[in-house]
Amino acid sequence: MKRFLSLASSLFVAGSLFFSTTSCTKKANDNEILLGSYSSNTGATGSFGILQKQGIDMAVEEINAKGGINGKKINLINYDNKSENDETLAVVNRLVSQDNVLAIIGETTSGKSKIGAQIAQANKVVMLSPSATNPDVTKVGTYIFRACFIDPFQGKVMAKFMTENLKFKKAAILRDVKSDYSVGLSDVFAGEVKGMGGEIVADVSYQEGDIDFKSQLTAIKAKKPDVIFVPGYYNEVALLAKQLKELGMTQILLGGDGWSSPKLYEIAKEAMNGHYFSNHYTTESTDPKTVEFVKNYKAKHKEDPDVMAALGYDAVYLLVEAIKNTKELNRETIREELSKIKDFAGVTGKMSMDENRNAVKSAVVVKTVGPEYKFITSVDP
Amino acid sequence: MQEFLQHTLNGLSTGSIYALVALGYTMVYGILQMINFAHSEIYMLGAFAVYYVARFFGLNTPSTLNFIIGLLSAIVACGLVGFAVERFAYKPLRKTDKLNVLITAIGVSILFQFGGQIIFGADPKSFPDLIENTELFNFLEIPFNVVDLLIYGVTFASLIALTYLVNYTQRGRAMRAVSTKPDAAKLMGINNDSIISFTFVVGSVLAGIGAFLVATKYPKIDPMMGARIGMGAFVAAVFGGIGNLPGAVLGGYLLGLGECYLIGYGASTFREALSFFILILILLVKPNGLLGKTAKEKI
Repeated sequence: MKRFLSLASSLFVAGSLFFSTTSCTKKANDNEILLGSYSSNTGATGSFGILQKQGIDMAVEEINAKGGINGKKINLINYDNKSENDETLAVVNRLVSQDNVLAIIGETTSGKSKIGAQIAQANKVVMLSPSATNPDVTKVGTYIFRACFIDPFQGKVMAKFMTENLKFKKAAILRDVKSDYSVGLSDVFAGEVKGMGGEIVADVSYQEGDIDFKSQLTAIKAKKPDVIFVPGYYNEVALLAKQLKELGMTQILLGGDGWSSPKLYEIAKEAMNGHYFSNHYTTESTDPKTVEFVKNYKAKHKEDPDVMAALGYDAVYLLVEAIKNTKELNRETIREELSKIKDFAGVTGKMSMDENRNAVKSAVVVKTVGPEYKFITSVDP
Repeated sequence: MQEFLQHTLNGLSTGSIYALVALGYTMVYGILQMINFAHSEIYMLGAFAVYYVARFFGLNTPSTLNFIIGLLSAIVACGLVGFAVERFAYKPLRKTDKLNVLITAIGVSILFQFGGQIIFGADPKSFPDLIENTELFNFLEIPFNVVDLLIYGVTFASLIALTYLVNYTQRGRAMRAVSTKPDAAKLMGINNDSIISFTFVVGSVLAGIGAFLVATKYPKIDPMMGARIGMGAFVAAVFGGIGNLPGAVLGGYLLGLGECYLIGYGASTFREALSFFILILILLVKPNGLLGKTAKEKI
């Protein structure tokens, strides 16, 4: 009996605590606009998440310092999904049902964004991903948007860059068969190169986590291509560039935004010099908006803003633009206004939402020179 | 022809690494008839030990001294971890069913993998440059680099040293005695526990050397790096005949060459499949492996 009593009382206490906390968060403050974000701040893609969060936080601070949106301050709740799929489910659910946010910003990677999108769509909450480039993400539903271009566009950009700027005809492809991103980009690149009169002389594959690429490179070497297209992530690309040099091969490597990380240079060192990849923006841009952003970010974090930070920053302003345009603020009106965005000027360029809720914007091609990316050209959609 | 030679060379270098790690699997199996699944994680810890030692002392320039410091720290760290794992995880279970030890080994492996992700972080680290990987000479337009030659050399030296240790020394005789008849070995005045401990330390030191060489060649380390190589090395050990030292090296080379020819001549997607295909085939056709002997079970 005694045990029963103590059990019952502890249950009661736990229950009342639970109710008191939920009722606390549920009560929306009329003087603030409650937004949510989720990112991989720790774990496998931790460096992506942290950079993105720095960009988001900076944008929110700026807006609040200028008095917020129509006099209301932004309150942004961020949760870490630890780069894990089930944790993503949990935190997005929490944002949507417990915290009752008006809209969500997240995630950097396409995989996690796709998971979060399911919940946002089911609860009819806008989710704006700053940097998920896989086409499937926004196909989840009408509430899912992105502030970046999609993968097929990157494949097109690099094919165009190879044939028109570098004036090369023969390309080899080295794709990561385990990644949707890499396979998608490779297919588009192959199609575009053939369409522009070029030739794919070899198409071989590796798998995420591989450390030895010499066999693939040896097979490619025999086919004598001018360039090798490697739309993978920085981990593998860095080792691959090193081995390319060790084999005495001089081909130029081309890739996509998956290369963009300080680790690329840390691992490959000077072997990484002189290769090209497509990216969302460059810190060398002369657009006054971008120049100011780079200056402020550098002052705060003592380093150049990575593309993840820039896209996170733009995503906040994009969402705020939509919120400003609403007459009556709720989850549905934000969706309507966000889909109407045209020629919005962000630090990563001008963007418009197309009918599939993807931002249409230009890409840049950069060259790896030491730890820096030198701006080469910009390609419009 | 030149392409074929290059593929062969790539295969030999991949194979050497499999062989080095496979030697550790095979030694432990030889003495305890258990598969130490934590071996690949000891390998991973070796690489991280060098990373942190190099960072602590600020070693980031290629020099002979730095190379030796790196190698020694891998050896010491792996030896200690191997000793500790045996002492605290396997020894208390010596008298129980073999299955218990096997499951414990898997547990230790998972503990190190995920513990490593918490402590070191899951993102890959860039391994310091402790030796300059220059091209020594060029044969038929195929470059020979310092690190590759080191890997071949170390693998052969390890095989010779181990064969000598097991077959021609007093301690080696004790190891063989413990392996064939543990109870009788005790009666002959052999301290079984210390021999088993010694075997674990030797196996782990080999993993440490392997990890150091691999990380020098492929300067990217992460807490899951052991899993892939461990699987290949395990298949290599079974392929060559688990418990047999030259068998492990032969298995490692055959697997390495097989993988590189497979990738080189068209079927790069099937790299993973090859090792498992070999494993299934060998278990069906020759369960004792290429060089394994069938031990007579006396009832």
